[in-house]
Amino acid sequence: MDRRAFLAGGTYTALPAAGAALITAYWVTVGTSVGVALAWVLPAFVVVTAVGAASGEWMWRVTRYRVDAERFHVHTGVVFRKRLALRRERIRSVDLTADPVLRVLGAVTVRVGTGEHAGAEGTVTLWPVRRASAEALRATLLAHAARPGGAEAGDGALARFDPGWIRFAPLSFLTPALGAAAAGGTLQVAEWFGMQERVIGTVGSWFGLAPVLLVSLALAVGLIVVGGVATVALWVEAWWNHTLDRQADGTLHVRRGLLTTRSISLEESRLRGLEVVEPLAARLAGGARVDAVATGLATGEEDKAESRTLLPTAPKQLADQVAAKVLREPVASPTAAVLTPHPVAARGRRLRWALATVLVTEAVVVLLGVLLTPVLLHAAWISALVLVPVAVLLALDAYRALGHTLTGSPVGTGGPAGGYLVARSGTVRRATVALQRRGIVGWTVRRSWFQRRAGLVTVVATTAAGSGAYTVRDAGEADGLALADAAVPGLLRPFLVGDQEATALRG
Amino acid sequence: MTTPTIDESPPLRLRPPRHAVDPRAVGWWSVQLGLWIAVPVVTLGVLGLLIPPARLWLLVPAGILAALGVLATVALPRLWFRHHRWEVTDEAVYTRTGWFFQEWRVAPLSRIQTVDTVRGPLEQRFGLATLTVTTASAKGAVKVEGLDAETAATLSADLTAATQATPEDAT
Repeated sequence: MDRRAFLAGGTYTALPAAGAALITAYWVTVGTSVGVALAWVLPAFVVVTAVGAASGEWMWRVTRYRVDAERFHVHTGVVFRKRLALRRERIRSVDLTADPVLRVLGAVTVRVGTGEHAGAEGTVTLWPVRRASAEALRATLLAHAARPGGAEAGDGALARFDPGWIRFAPLSFLTPALGAAAAGGTLQVAEWFGMQERVIGTVGSWFGLAPVLLVSLALAVGLIVVGGVATVALWVEAWWNHTLDRQADGTLHVRRGLLTTRSISLEESRLRGLEVVEPLAARLAGGARVDAVATGLATGEEDKAESRTLLPTAPKQLADQVAAKVLREPVASPTAAVLTPHPVAARGRRLRWALATVLVTEAVVVLLGVLLTPVLLHAAWISALVLVPVAVLLALDAYRALGHTLTGSPVGTGGPAGGYLVARSGTVRRATVALQRRGIVGWTVRRSWFQRRAGLVTVVATTAAGSGAYTVRDAGEADGLALADAAVPGLLRPFLVGDQEATALRG
Repeated sequence: MTTPTIDESPPLRLRPPRHAVDPRAVGWWSVQLGLWIAVPVVTLGVLGLLIPPARLWLLVPAGILAALGVLATVALPRLWFRHHRWEVTDEAVYTRTGWFFQEWRVAPLSRIQTVDTVRGPLEQRFGLATLTVTTASAKGAVKVEGLDAETAATLSADLTAATQATPEDAT
């Protein structure tokens, strides 16, 4: 622990307090004078900041940590005294983050995770810790991850940041969302200063300058641009200077961040595979990101999704190269393997689902149109003209995405990881997962009444890693079962009947 | 690289697990379904009797729901009884459930982490128990409903013993 806690605690409370003080001072000044406002606001500000600094100091005084041969002990808590002892071999992750305040002070926040599914219980946060002590603590706690023959393991950088990746950043659902948030935020701030009506009036007056459609379009474009800029800013903050490397002790190490730096380690022995994810917009631009499929990653935390990402959206080819390097595959990544397509019946299912969705939407609009106003009837047929082709295109694209295969040979005789089950699906979020075959801890086979008529099954491999289950959607029945049987030899075999010889040859 | 292709007949399929659930499960499912349906029907019926202007709009849905409910209560548990099956081998636990949405689940004994039996108040009346076997996967639990309580207890003990025989981490 570090005395920088005093400064950090003070700064953290001072910043929001200053904001609140500014707004309060504005209102008091409107009512009286600047002097009175300062007399009211300044002492309160000083007191709040002092309390913040004192609590930071106090946290520092009451928090202690110690590592012995078996356990990692933490004593903490001001009101509720808490004593934690994590078994060292249970510790899965040690993540360091440093926001700008801590960086100036040369300190970091350390989060030690055991990967227990019970949410926050398995995670201990130490704040603030001097950077050097934190690095040492991480090395100590993750020492048990060291692989025999660690020297060859430390083969350095697997991916280096390229500023060109920024072009994928605005292609995110965040862009319109942040655009809308900016509009809402502007109104909120205006309200604090009592100027909301003036803002609404100004925007309203613009509609007199040009045709309504043109003004609406300009406003929408403006918001999208604002949202895009904000998305890029967030992305740069999160991903600047990203590096992914493999350390000598057998951990994958992601470092990134412009203002707040994050340093995330993942024991390679916890890795069960990778997922190459292509959101629709990024895919059209040729981008893909790489997520880890690992056991014991933080679950139920705010940064859960991001702590899984090994490579942000980058050119697809690079994503596949990085995937190959992470998985130590000498030739090509399993996620780039040629996949077996699924039966045509799966395309029919996708088309029917897409058209049914459009039909239900339009039926609601038409019903409302008949009951309320004929304008909606026109809206219905115009939107149908747009939605039907879009739905058909998405359905066809979803069908093209479907595919599965197995790489490597069964457990033990193959490469370092013994081969992968590769499955791809999705159109809005196309994901190709490569799951270690020895990481599969069970099978679920699903078939609805409609699937039975179409001769399809959905095969789900359950695993301890990632989301817990990875799905091969709408495979042909015999094909899907043969896949499951071959992926984990012996597990499904006793429960299969039919063409045993053909599968036995493959086993 | 293995690319499974099947072109000969007969096609590969999953065989039904060996054991049916206890016949008392039909009664248990029926009572359960009946209770589920009774709640909205009774609510709608009572409201319909208390609010004369809306009587038609409350009693008609109540009647339709009741008719569908009776049909479901009679038909579904029998369908389920035919389709819910289970089997435990030396290697794995294997179940089949569902009629409209069929589901087969397999969990190898070597990967089992916990074995629980649960008996709700209704199940106790019918002398039944539900066995739940979980693996390290958050989504891989295998559940056998409607087992005879004694069978479930024996199974649970056997599975626990078999699981302890494999010392690995099971992830």
